[in-house]
Amino acid sequence: MIELVSAERCINCDLCVRVCPTNVFDAVPGDNPVIARQQDCQTCFMCEAYCPVDALYVAPFAEQHIAVDEQALNEDALLGSYRRAICWSPGSRPQPDQSFRLLRGG
Amino acid sequence: MATNAHTDLRTLHTDVLVIGGGPAGCWAAWRAARSGARVVLADKGYVGTSGATAPSGTGVWYVPPEAEAREAALASREALGGYLADRGWGTRVLDQTYANLEQVAQWGYPFPLDDQGRQRRTSLQGPEYMKLMRKVVKQAGVSILDQSPALQLLLDDEGSVVGAEGVSRQGDERWQVRAGAVVLATGGCAFLSNALGCNVLTGDGYLLAAESGAELSGMEFSNAYGLSPAFSSVTKSAFYRWATFRYEDGSLIDGAGSKHGRSIIARHLEGGTQVYALLDLATDADRQYARSAQPNFFLPFDRIGIDPFTRQFPVTLRLEGTVRGTGGLRLVDEGCATTVRGLYAAGDAATRELICGAFTGGGSHNAAWATSSGYWAGEAAAAFALQQGRQSHARSAIAAGGATQSGSQQLDSRALIQAVQQEVQPYSKNLFRSGEGLDASLARLDGYWRSVRQSTPATNAAEQLRAREATAMLATARWMYRSALARTETRGMHKRLDHAGEDPAQQHYIHSGGLDRVWTRNHRAPWHVPALQAEVAA
Repeated sequence: MIELVSAERCINCDLCVRVCPTNVFDAVPGDNPVIARQQDCQTCFMCEAYCPVDALYVAPFAEQHIAVDEQALNEDALLGSYRRAICWSPGSRPQPDQSFRLLRGG
Repeated sequence: MATNAHTDLRTLHTDVLVIGGGPAGCWAAWRAARSGARVVLADKGYVGTSGATAPSGTGVWYVPPEAEAREAALASREALGGYLADRGWGTRVLDQTYANLEQVAQWGYPFPLDDQGRQRRTSLQGPEYMKLMRKVVKQAGVSILDQSPALQLLLDDEGSVVGAEGVSRQGDERWQVRAGAVVLATGGCAFLSNALGCNVLTGDGYLLAAESGAELSGMEFSNAYGLSPAFSSVTKSAFYRWATFRYEDGSLIDGAGSKHGRSIIARHLEGGTQVYALLDLATDADRQYARSAQPNFFLPFDRIGIDPFTRQFPVTLRLEGTVRGTGGLRLVDEGCATTVRGLYAAGDAATRELICGAFTGGGSHNAAWATSSGYWAGEAAAAFALQQGRQSHARSAIAAGGATQSGSQQLDSRALIQAVQQEVQPYSKNLFRSGEGLDASLARLDGYWRSVRQSTPATNAAEQLRAREATAMLATARWMYRSALARTETRGMHKRLDHAGEDPAQQHYIHSGGLDRVWTRNHRAPWHVPALQAEVAA
């Protein structure tokens, strides 16, 4: 579930508030959005995909809240890693979907 | 509820209202707009991220129009689906999907090229596909209402659907859309089990429709479970074809498998034995291409530092209900009309028995069904609404909701959700069904329904939505288990411990409906024969 809105990176664009399908965030005038309803997060990673500055981190645990360390996430290059994987980061090289080579008859 | 007394009621007039903005809803909205209708598309989340497709990657049942390939595609489903699939619908879906993916290519979707330089259109990446669908829907002139769950339909005094009411949950504001026709594309019901992208899929459309008198079909085919790492939401099952399933000490579990042998996995989990998977059957080429095919499959592993090809990890089976099951709203014509005038259904909200019968088609068939049924529902809804003309807006409108609004007790939605989950999630109750177990569950579920009927309306948008979701899950569970009780055999995904094996005498559809009194009816004839005649035909 969502664990981090990075104060260092966030630009208050509130895009995560708009796009979250389960309405987890609340906008705060003049400040970073807050995780207002963490228990409603469905761990779908869509907010990360849409965040233009890689300020969000969705931990992989669907039912369990964990503490995260922003510095460690930075060092492990995990902030923005989903956006890079789907080639939505600026300048990322399109990686063609190779499903057809794998899932024959699937 | 249906008054304009509140000053914060936002009212819109349109020809077609589409509720639900996943692939089926987007195709319906786009097609309706292209047919000349004014269209409003409302989603309880955000059109582009909402639904099971957006966060995922999906195969597509895309088969070129070559006789042999088409025949093989249709035939491969028939036995699996318990001979309930309809060849006419299968053929139509293959044709429409082929045409629609050509359209997707023209819109600029980056389909990959194979070694001969031909586009391969057998899979879609969810984030990219749904971002594109949002764009083309907007370009077609559709008005999008994001974060705007519908709470009830509006009927005229003849019982035709003439719109819907809901809330905007980010402004706590109420909305009403008056429309000539409504398309429900609200998805299936996965009972808030945290399957990927599925927590918005709580059966809302089934409840909206049933309150207006619509019927369902195939609700016994509602016990699909998806494999995922035990800690994770990522129910992407395709790569488990490379898995061996093991005990904690690494020894193999006899007979356990992803395609055949899920029951053995479920039996172990049910008995408290953790099952582990190791994707050690993948070839080097598989490992190389897998990341581009399903980037999100690897996210949870990368984030906990496990290589699933070389290290075993604990797995679970998450309920995907009718999202991967095939039950849903009953369709009565090729335009995806329901039994209620002015109301259409598309995607997982509609029954997918017509192409898959009693067994899930996996993502491929779901994706093909979403694009095709969405296209047809949008087209038919637009034609109906334009033929009605704008005078339908002048008619009086009665709110059809109210399942939760007739008493004085406070509804504890979260407690109700947990209580319903306790009846539908356990493998011992839903995957392995028995008459005795279904009866016991239904007694409890019917009791919950009686308390819901005595509850009072919630006062804010978030609580109203939560109450509707809980109520829709409860209603869905009751249609599921009544239908499961009526099918005294094992067919497709519906397994009865007390009735093993397919019974040739039960090669029929089971329709269901009703709220206070849930009914079922066997339909022993092809799908298009009206219900009364179909029973006589028995």
